[in-house]
Amino acid sequence: MSVVRVLERLGLQVECPAGQTCCGQPAFNAGYLDEARALARHTIDVLSRSDAPIVVPSGSCADMVIHQYASLLRDDGVYARKAEAVAGRTYELTQFLVDVMGTADVGAACHGRLAYHACCHGLRGLNVRREPEALLDAVTHATICPLAESDVCCGFGGLFSVKLPDISAAMLDRKLDRIEESGADTVVVTDVSCALHIEGGLRRRGSTVRVRHIADVLAETGAAR
Amino acid sequence: MNVDERPFAQRTAEALADAHLRHTLRTVTTAILGYRRAGLGRLPASDGWRDHARRIRAHTLANLDRYLDQFAGAVEARGGHVHYAATAAEAVAYVRDLAIARGVRLAVKGKSMVTEEIDLNGHLERAGIRVVETDLGEYIVQLADDRPSHIVMPIMHMTRHQVADLFKRKIGATEEDVADIASMTQLARRVLREEFVNADMGISGCNFAVAETGSITTCTNEGNGRLTTTMPRIHVAMMGMERIVPTVADLGVMLQVLARSATGQNLTVYTNVVNGPRPREGDRAEGDGPDEFHVVIVDNGRSRVLASGQAEILYCIRCGACLNTCPVFHQIGGHAYGSVYPGPIGSVLTPAMHGMEKFDDLPQASTLCGACRDVCPVRIDIPRMLLELRAKGVAQGKSPLWVTAGIRAFVFAGVRPGLFRTAGALAARASRMLARGGWIRRLPGHLSAWTRSRDFPALAATSFQERWEDAKTAGVRDNRENPAR
Ligand code: SF4
Repeated sequence: MSVVRVLERLGLQVECPAGQTCCGQPAFNAGYLDEARALARHTIDVLSRSDAPIVVPSGSCADMVIHQYASLLRDDGVYARKAEAVAGRTYELTQFLVDVMGTADVGAACHGRLAYHACCHGLRGLNVRREPEALLDAVTHATICPLAESDVCCGFGGLFSVKLPDISAAMLDRKLDRIEESGADTVVVTDVSCALHIEGGLRRRGSTVRVRHIADVLAETGAAR
Repeated sequence: MNVDERPFAQRTAEALADAHLRHTLRTVTTAILGYRRAGLGRLPASDGWRDHARRIRAHTLANLDRYLDQFAGAVEARGGHVHYAATAAEAVAYVRDLAIARGVRLAVKGKSMVTEEIDLNGHLERAGIRVVETDLGEYIVQLADDRPSHIVMPIMHMTRHQVADLFKRKIGATEEDVADIASMTQLARRVLREEFVNADMGISGCNFAVAETGSITTCTNEGNGRLTTTMPRIHVAMMGMERIVPTVADLGVMLQVLARSATGQNLTVYTNVVNGPRPREGDRAEGDGPDEFHVVIVDNGRSRVLASGQAEILYCIRCGACLNTCPVFHQIGGHAYGSVYPGPIGSVLTPAMHGMEKFDDLPQASTLCGACRDVCPVRIDIPRMLLELRAKGVAQGKSPLWVTAGIRAFVFAGVRPGLFRTAGALAARASRMLARGGWIRRLPGHLSAWTRSRDFPALAATSFQERWEDAKTAGVRDNRENPAR
């Protein structure tokens, strides 16, 4: 809902096509290509009902739609073209705000010490790098705490964290150490999966640091304290 | 091939338990990545150089037969010999037979990945030929009866004290000899000098072979590599089939990006170009160099890779940057990969060369974060190939049953929005039953490993879609409290 709030504040009309389920990235990453294709076709159908720009608040899902659908459906005459059309109007949230809407200041205001963790798929798949930082810089009252190794993977990797849980946990540990050293009270992410992983780790450590999706931060306007 | 037969899980568990190893891995690789950044930074428009290097590799691999022929012709024209070995056994047999025929008792060897791949040392020693590694790191690995754990820094898993102990046990070092790193290096140097003087055969690797001139190039930071190629009367260069560039100009480009990506140096200290046996007659006569010069071109599975979807992995120039940047490698180190090539490169190369049968674990050992693709000097898309190998594993029925069942069920519901919604609501209810204060401390079944070290959030009672529809009908979107997910 935060995404909706931010977009509406910019004067946009938001629709949310019914029937959306999952983009298929988990199946794709695990090597289940037929299954991923089925979900890709379904998602393309749902998204094709409108021709408005598509805004995705999660780097890995956006990367899936923008980059992987086309190669996955290369040999499917009908869907190859549809995939390209959908990819062409899909944007990761922060890129949409900064690069398409042309603004880093979305009128957000909140108190707090924020650190930014760069989620892998957004960072390296879509080159989401300056946009989240610019958006956070523009948040009134917030202090930005530099996060060491902010671009090192948190170790989630979908099924990776289930199949190789101990390596994943060791990677998470390193990430949490850096987060706690940063002095931030909130870690801001652009991907739901990183949020899930990092927050689960912080919880287990009993840390007071919170994890928030960037949309939640940007949606906040109540700054008085 | 030289592989560690123990299960991947056991190897990684050992590495994870070694806090010292993990600390070293992280600090050393962080430092090296810093040097890399600086080294590439000193090269104007380094991205352009990388693109150029990639084009050279792509062109060479697409015309590999032609360049290998040209190379072989040039070597033979200068009086050298070229042998093409389709398998590891053929490569080993050639060197062994040659050594026996020439009465070789001692061979000195420079650092070479391909010889690790075919276990050349083991085979020669079993034939009664002593082999001494002369690269300091490799020498230490050999003394310890261990294997290298990194392409560029073979002993990054060892401490200085372990090396000191080893020297005391194996080569009679005194306390004074092992007082510091410099004195240990001096000791190794004294020992190795003797071996150089007595060796009949020198064996080197080959970073790049140049087709137009028939030269081989080795890049090292120790003089040992050069002594290996010049002192013994017979020289054998071992090269992987793909390690070739068309021209000297291309070699220049590759050297620029190799050293900078590996160690941050503009050029390795000893960048050694060997053009065949020592010329003896006329004005080309030289005072040093071997009497005999042999090049063994090793296939050992590379043709198979070339014909597969992973041909691009053969662009690799063995700089090791992808290891240094890989957060998984940082936690488990090189030995856990169980074969000669560790890290992201190994996770693709090993199964691509030798099949998925033994190595189907390796492509799983990545979060697909993409850091390896970002640093690779020839821009190899490693994550793409890991995905292809995973898909291959699934097609071969290698994936665990519960994963397959889970994914199938998820997708079955995923294309049926009504069912997806119901299943989601059920999962949410179940998750809330397991949770305390919104968080689950122990997930059931195969997922329980996840919650060994982190909590799992209970799923929200209402889905986004439901909230969206409620909000639409009520028209009070802006006032709604916003649950975290
Ligand atoms: S894959 Fe790329 S980064 Fe890794 S060792 Fe090879 S050339 Fe270097």
